[in-house]
Amino acid sequence: MTAVLERPGRRFADRRSRTLAYVGLSVLVVLGVVVAGGLAADAAQTTSLTDRNLGPSAAHWFGTDRLGRDMLARTLAGLRLSLVVGVAAAVVSAAIALTLACLAAVFGGVVDRAVGWLVDLFLALPHLVLLILLAFALGGGTGAVVAAVALTHWPTLTRVLRGRAREVMSSDYVAISRQQGHGRGWIARRHLTGHLTGHFLVGTVLLFPHAILHEAALSFLGLGVDPGEPSIGILLAESMRYLTAGAWWLAVLPGLCLLVVVKLVDTIGSNSRALLDPRSHHL
Amino acid sequence: MDLLTRAVRGLAGRLVRLVLLLAAVATASFALMVHSPVDPVDAYVGGDIAAIGPEQRAQIAERWGLDDPPLERFATWLGNVAQGDLGRSLSFNQPVTEVVGERFLTSLALMATAWVLSGVFGFSLGVLAGMRQGRATDRAVTWWAYTLASAPTFWVGLLLLYVFSVSLGWTPVCCAVPVGVLADDVTLLDRLHHLLLPALTLSVVGVAPVVLHTRHAVIEAMASDHVTFARAQGESTRGVVVHHVLRNAAAPAVLLQFASLGELFGGSVLAEQVFSYPGLGAATTTAALGQDVPLLLGIALFTTVFVFVGNQLGDLVHARLDPRVSRDLARARRPRWGRGEPGEPLLDPDPLPPPVVPERAGAR
Repeated sequence: MTAVLERPGRRFADRRSRTLAYVGLSVLVVLGVVVAGGLAADAAQTTSLTDRNLGPSAAHWFGTDRLGRDMLARTLAGLRLSLVVGVAAAVVSAAIALTLACLAAVFGGVVDRAVGWLVDLFLALPHLVLLILLAFALGGGTGAVVAAVALTHWPTLTRVLRGRAREVMSSDYVAISRQQGHGRGWIARRHLTGHLTGHFLVGTVLLFPHAILHEAALSFLGLGVDPGEPSIGILLAESMRYLTAGAWWLAVLPGLCLLVVVKLVDTIGSNSRALLDPRSHHL
Repeated sequence: MDLLTRAVRGLAGRLVRLVLLLAAVATASFALMVHSPVDPVDAYVGGDIAAIGPEQRAQIAERWGLDDPPLERFATWLGNVAQGDLGRSLSFNQPVTEVVGERFLTSLALMATAWVLSGVFGFSLGVLAGMRQGRATDRAVTWWAYTLASAPTFWVGLLLLYVFSVSLGWTPVCCAVPVGVLADDVTLLDRLHHLLLPALTLSVVGVAPVVLHTRHAVIEAMASDHVTFARAQGESTRGVVVHHVLRNAAAPAVLLQFASLGELFGGSVLAEQVFSYPGLGAATTTAALGQDVPLLLGIALFTTVFVFVGNQLGDLVHARLDPRVSRDLARARRPRWGRGEPGEPLLDPDPLPPPVVPERAGAR
């Protein structure tokens, strides 16, 4: 909206290109973190008993922990783990959401009601309590956390997709299609998928931040990934004991990095939505 | 009379829904617990395998009915729950109902403070941002809200803990009451002092959705015809906001605030862990770490009721603030709305005549 009022030539490109560039840059940074995390995996576990509990310095940008492990390497490795868990969980959740929403819209009636009821059931408990129950029931550990996070993030996206799918199914062209004798599968393929793709992709990206934060929360509580692995949640849980001793770098810097990565992923999602569905971005 | 039957019928409907929901949650969570790889006897005995022999183990299992088929155990458990007996917590060695009751009261103080704080801050910031849409204030507030939405609750808690408790020493580092003081000697001020930082953490993190939704509602209201009309009559921006926008923006904010009780509880689990605050959230963590199945099931059922009540209250308050939400409810209450609408008729220099309300509702 404001772009129209601005003098031409003040910005190097129009709003659309700027958004695209921003999304591209964010994707690059996130990918960079994943690669760096993979490279830092060894350094994250290397202990050095002579440099214990050092503050941030040129040699150790993020300082070292109680065993002399470099916190920068541990943070990067933790972020990589978070992103991997986030990707897995978001993809599984989004697939569940898409399947349920399509089933509900295409078959309607009892199926639709059952899906709505299932969504309500999953939203009845506080999300974190549900996660704790699931992680506990699955026996704890990294696999259990990924499964728990993946199995609980679909309800809101299902609601959005179901609403959108219902809109499409009640439109005139679907009615005409039906009159012409096309089956449910044909209608779902030809009319539904095209309309849902954008929402689905953006919804998947926007599930990321939640999945990442919930994984970190579970690990922080001690119910998440195995304590030996450097996850951001575990780094912060460990830092808690050293906070009163003044070791602020253990808590502040890894958390800040997690915040930045989550925000980057979030910007990727909301900017893509602005590109795919400009009307949603007017306010 | 008509109103009374309507209220009773509404309440009965809600109760039936709650009971159905609880039954579903109970079934699902019990099924989860039965299939958990955690052995309850091991959990009870602790890590020490050598502590008891196989005979004792068999005795415990028999006493707890662990040898019965799952369906039978479920029926027994459900029967007990229906009578208000949720079993005994292993980690606290107390009946689950007592643990949940005590702990919830401690948590309630924390959550209520945080809830009110985040509601008030979020609403004010949202109105401020919406009033100055597109300007620096708006951008700053929106950026801040989006950033907070990405911040992990426990990290915010750790930051506040470091700054205010460790560095400045203004607030205590842990717990809900001073350490080493008898329960009778604890003053209200002590409790508030210990409550401050966890509540601040929760409200700082919980503020984001309220800010963003309020901002959206304010911008929408500012663009509406009745605001343009009021401006044409010479109303100042402040007057427009106070008389014509606040109420429109309050409805979604209130609904959101009530609907966020689940998030609030999730946040309190994390905040209580950071500040070692002995509330229900910390009990949830303890139960999961201590493999305390009865307590976990009890907490699952209790939080379901908590979230349900929040949603229902939100619906009721929303319908009161915005009569368009449910037509028939609004119709039943319209006479009262005509008199009591605090925005326009009471404060406007030229009160609009009462028929305006049905007209506006009819036009929609």
